Amino acid sequence: METTTTIETQPLTGEETPKKPVEPKGPWFNANGIAHTLNTLGLGFFAPFIRLIAGDEPSKQVREIVISIVLPAIAFAVFVGLWSLAAQRVQTDSMKVPSPAETWSAWQGILEFAEREGDKGAAFKERMGERITKMEASVVRAKAEMGVAEASGDSTVVATLQEKIEGIKKKIDSYKSRKYVGPPTFFQQIWTSLLTVAVGFLAATIIAVPLGIFCGLSRFFNIAVNPLIQIFKPVSPLAWLPIVFIFVTALYDPAEGSTVSRALLISALTVTLCSLWPTLINTAVGVASIDPDHLNVAKVLKLNWWQRITRIVLPSTLPLMFTGLRLSLGVGWMVLIAADMLAQNPGLGKFVWDTFQNGSTTSMAEIVCAVFVIGIIGFFLDRIMLVMQRLVSFEEQAI
Amino acid sequence: MIKLMKGCLRRSGQMAILAATVMGSSVTSYAGDPEKEDLKFGFIKLTDCAPLVIAKEKGFFEDEGLFVELEAQANWKVLLDRVITGELDGAHMLAGQPIAATYGFGTKEHIVVSYSLDYNGNGITVSNDLWAKMKPNVAKNEDGKPKHPIPADSLVPIVQKAKAAGQPMKMGMVFPVSTHNYEIRYWLAASGINPGFYYDPKSKTKNIPGVLDADVELSVTPPPQMPSTLEAGTISGYCVGEPWNQQAVFKKIGVPVTTNYDIWKNNPEKVFGVNKKWADANPNTWVAITKALIRAGQWLDASEENRKEACKLLSQPNYVGADYKVIANSMTGTFEFEAGDKRPMPDFNVFFRHNASYPWYSDCIWFLTQMRRWGQITDNHPDDWYFEMAKKIYRPDVYEKAAKALIAEGKFKESDFPLGADGFRPATKEFIDGNMYDGKKPNDYIKSFKIGLK
Repeated sequence: METTTTIETQPLTGEETPKKPVEPKGPWFNANGIAHTLNTLGLGFFAPFIRLIAGDEPSKQVREIVISIVLPAIAFAVFVGLWSLAAQRVQTDSMKVPSPAETWSAWQGILEFAEREGDKGAAFKERMGERITKMEASVVRAKAEMGVAEASGDSTVVATLQEKIEGIKKKIDSYKSRKYVGPPTFFQQIWTSLLTVAVGFLAATIIAVPLGIFCGLSRFFNIAVNPLIQIFKPVSPLAWLPIVFIFVTALYDPAEGSTVSRALLISALTVTLCSLWPTLINTAVGVASIDPDHLNVAKVLKLNWWQRITRIVLPSTLPLMFTGLRLSLGVGWMVLIAADMLAQNPGLGKFVWDTFQNGSTTSMAEIVCAVFVIGIIGFFLDRIMLVMQRLVSFEEQAI
Repeated sequence: MIKLMKGCLRRSGQMAILAATVMGSSVTSYAGDPEKEDLKFGFIKLTDCAPLVIAKEKGFFEDEGLFVELEAQANWKVLLDRVITGELDGAHMLAGQPIAATYGFGTKEHIVVSYSLDYNGNGITVSNDLWAKMKPNVAKNEDGKPKHPIPADSLVPIVQKAKAAGQPMKMGMVFPVSTHNYEIRYWLAASGINPGFYYDPKSKTKNIPGVLDADVELSVTPPPQMPSTLEAGTISGYCVGEPWNQQAVFKKIGVPVTTNYDIWKNNPEKVFGVNKKWADANPNTWVAITKALIRAGQWLDASEENRKEACKLLSQPNYVGADYKVIANSMTGTFEFEAGDKRPMPDFNVFFRHNASYPWYSDCIWFLTQMRRWGQITDNHPDDWYFEMAKKIYRPDVYEKAAKALIAEGKFKESDFPLGADGFRPATKEFIDGNMYDGKKPNDYIKSFKIGLK
């Protein structure tokens, strides 16, 4: 295995150094173990509480708690203060920065809108119910007529009535399963965005991991594709989108009512194209920097190619690969908002764009709400990846 | 159902009556059930998407057995592309869009029109800065307020100065084939200002941005971005639909100087367009949609209260989303020019009165004459060509089918529709330049312009 490659030698990292566990001081539960688990899950924030309950160096824990709660609280208060100040000062003729209070009431408005849509859905169900009752009544009448026609031996009328009854019955069935179609609420838009990023990220992983392994294993392959990787890596989602648009429109024709619409797929693939690079590069670097001894062991054990990949290469690459995946997901979530806007995918990006276009007095406040929601979701996605990353790394804190 | 009717008629009268009661109780009562019940229509955030919103919110679509989703689109190009690819079943379109698409200016696809969404509804707004320069040249009424309509004459010296300084004035319109483009061109050209050509007949070359020989350079900006583009100073004026002119007044960033009602009294504005392939596959659905839209149009014009209710619905964030009072300003019979100069404009938004919803051939032909005038249509064509194009795109037959069904249901009177008309509105001189337009003589009209390809 070549150790010198043309791939960037510095892997991209986003790792935070987890806190060193403190020796357990044995009450009825293993505070240290729990704290440790919390750390691994990215919830290290709660660890001092557990330790405090366990009576483990109370003064130190209290200090930790004060630091971890009071400091962020102060920072947040300062932020809100600056924001209110900006809201009073920063404004153009037509727009102004919304104040925290306006943003809060815009958030209430978003909730109310979702609630109203729920009510409308219920009203729709009721209307459909009435319609079905009416249709059922007409089936009964038609059946009665059919009885009359049968008695008089008129087979044409019987046949046509039969046909009609069948038609109505079919319609009744279709109405029974019918759902209210309203504008997507904010929460449905969040869901669409999450689905889109999941599809895009999955596709990115499926492409990037094998490609990265090949790049890491074969110097020649790496030399061959490296220029392409370097050229495509910095391309903005806005540039990919029209190209993705052509491909998807030409090649993908979703069935009626399919969850994956063209717009969603366009958004998702744009996410893929922008987010696969960190995974690809980190995987390649990870594979290229495997300890040569491990590979020698593989040779001694006469492992075949597939076994070498699954038993040696993959396990030792995992930590770096997951670092890459975590960065990829971060990029993907960021890119998604732009892609949604352009692809008309009914996710959070479209929410932001549509709201901006509304230009009403509450629009800017609604956009600020969206900014917070996007940020919070991004944070949680990152946490999830962080946990996965820690679970696969070999360092001593892994449980 | 027709089969059923015939079968019954052949038998006894009593049977026919029985059958009729069965039919009356069923959901739809015209020639056939819609082929497709779940539909998705696109719209742009403009008040004239109102008939679509009303047809959905007031349950007119549902009455026809249609379940419609309305989705705001980013811009007119995206909207048309999605109708072409079939992602949208139909859309709120600029009247020029189906015509240009069928002719092949821009994306080519046969788009057909069975319903005209509205008349009028646009305005031309200039920035505060430009208005300050224009105002001294504008004629005044006795009360000291500007005399309407304001022609572009007051703009001429400013335009000439800007051109001489090597920085031609820039204005915005919403799309190369939008009514706004033709209206602002009409307004400028009526005062002798050349808004630029799309084609040079001498060198036989196209000019894609349409600024050949331009005194004022026009560029495309999506409607909702107009006010911010004006505020940023990228353009010094624009022609756009509501609420984006009133928005400029409210935000104190510009002054509307004229409406398109003054440029051409009762001019067609938006239409409901569908792909021809879609229409061929779903003829009954198309009629059913048209029926619902006719009802919505009539509802919108029926009363002041209805208009107010419509403004409330339109101000929801998923529709137009602008503030209620901005939308209401133009939709309830008034229009505010300079801040405080609110004037009555009962026909600023017409949805059904004056047969505004009927797809007139003559309206289609007017757009073709303007496309020819500015070189979007590169060749000279005989009158017959114009008639054929109009028949290919505008489908009054579908409208009449829907109208007749509504009359049969007792929802409308025959006098509500221009049934059996030949599809041409009477010749009129109600333009800002006073030229005579007769849809039956397109070439005469084209020749009547001082500025324009002949």
